Amino acid sequence: MKARVNVTLKPGVLDPQGAAVRHSLGSLGFAGVDKVRQGKVIELDLTENDPIKAKSQVEDMCEKLLANTVIENYSVEIL
Amino acid sequence: MRAAVIQFPGSNCDRDMAVALNRFTTKKDPVKMVWHKESGLPGNLDLIAIPGGFSFGDYLRCGAIAARSPIMNAVIEFANNGGYVLGVCNGFQVLTESGLLPGALMRNSNLKFICKNIQLKVETQSSNFTSCYSKNEIINTPIAHHDGNYNADKDTIKELKDHDRIAFSYVDNPNGSMGNIAGILSENRRVLGMMPHPERLNDPMLGGIDGNRLFQSIYETLVTS
Repeated sequence: MKARVNVTLKPGVLDPQGAAVRHSLGSLGFAGVDKVRQGKVIELDLTENDPIKAKSQVEDMCEKLLANTVIENYSVEIL
Repeated sequence: MRAAVIQFPGSNCDRDMAVALNRFTTKKDPVKMVWHKESGLPGNLDLIAIPGGFSFGDYLRCGAIAARSPIMNAVIEFANNGGYVLGVCNGFQVLTESGLLPGALMRNSNLKFICKNIQLKVETQSSNFTSCYSKNEIINTPIAHHDGNYNADKDTIKELKDHDRIAFSYVDNPNGSMGNIAGILSENRRVLGMMPHPERLNDPMLGGIDGNRLFQSIYETLVTS
């Protein structure tokens, strides 16, 4: 079973990388981009076959390592 | 003083830290270097230092992997029992990731790695790491980091200010840190995390000695206690 974790910065946390990407998009002529927020995607191959158990395991992984919940939110998709 | 320096793959200020600390240890009992895979610490330690560097290549987040390495359980237990812990640069990132200090260190606001000498303001004299400085004194210290932008929620920043837990602040904020914060103390004031490198400016041959008084402070605390 595969899982995909999306880690994003919490609203209100300054994202200088997102701001730099937005600026660069503007200089390439892509007008109308108000805001860019950059995050990361982590894909996991799991031995667990039960999607409910798998989701709960991955959420535990997010709390303990994959996300820093001081500054980041996460969401888990079981694929 | 009995001290240990924790070494992770990618630590690169570990030996500088040991040299700085060994000014205050005895020849018979010098600083112990402790590899991250160890599960226990040497006995009767007074101070643990977590050095600068790029532990685990800064993968995932700076300090994130190091904070979950086997030795950190022992370091957290040591701190929870009232032991002194100093984290410098990557060591500060490891301390926030391990939950020993609040907040997080994010990418510098200008997105650049900054390596230069800067001025720091000593915000409090009332800690055993800063007792040999004067409050509001301006000192020189080098910084060398890409992720030193201190970030925490409003309540945490207020708590740090209200309880005099900001140890050092930047005179001219180089990295976007909230409240110009360069270094903070734990609630019991025995864990200090800071981005600047006191161990790099503790000898006239290195261009200054302002960093040395941090180690002197903790040494004097220990010999008089």
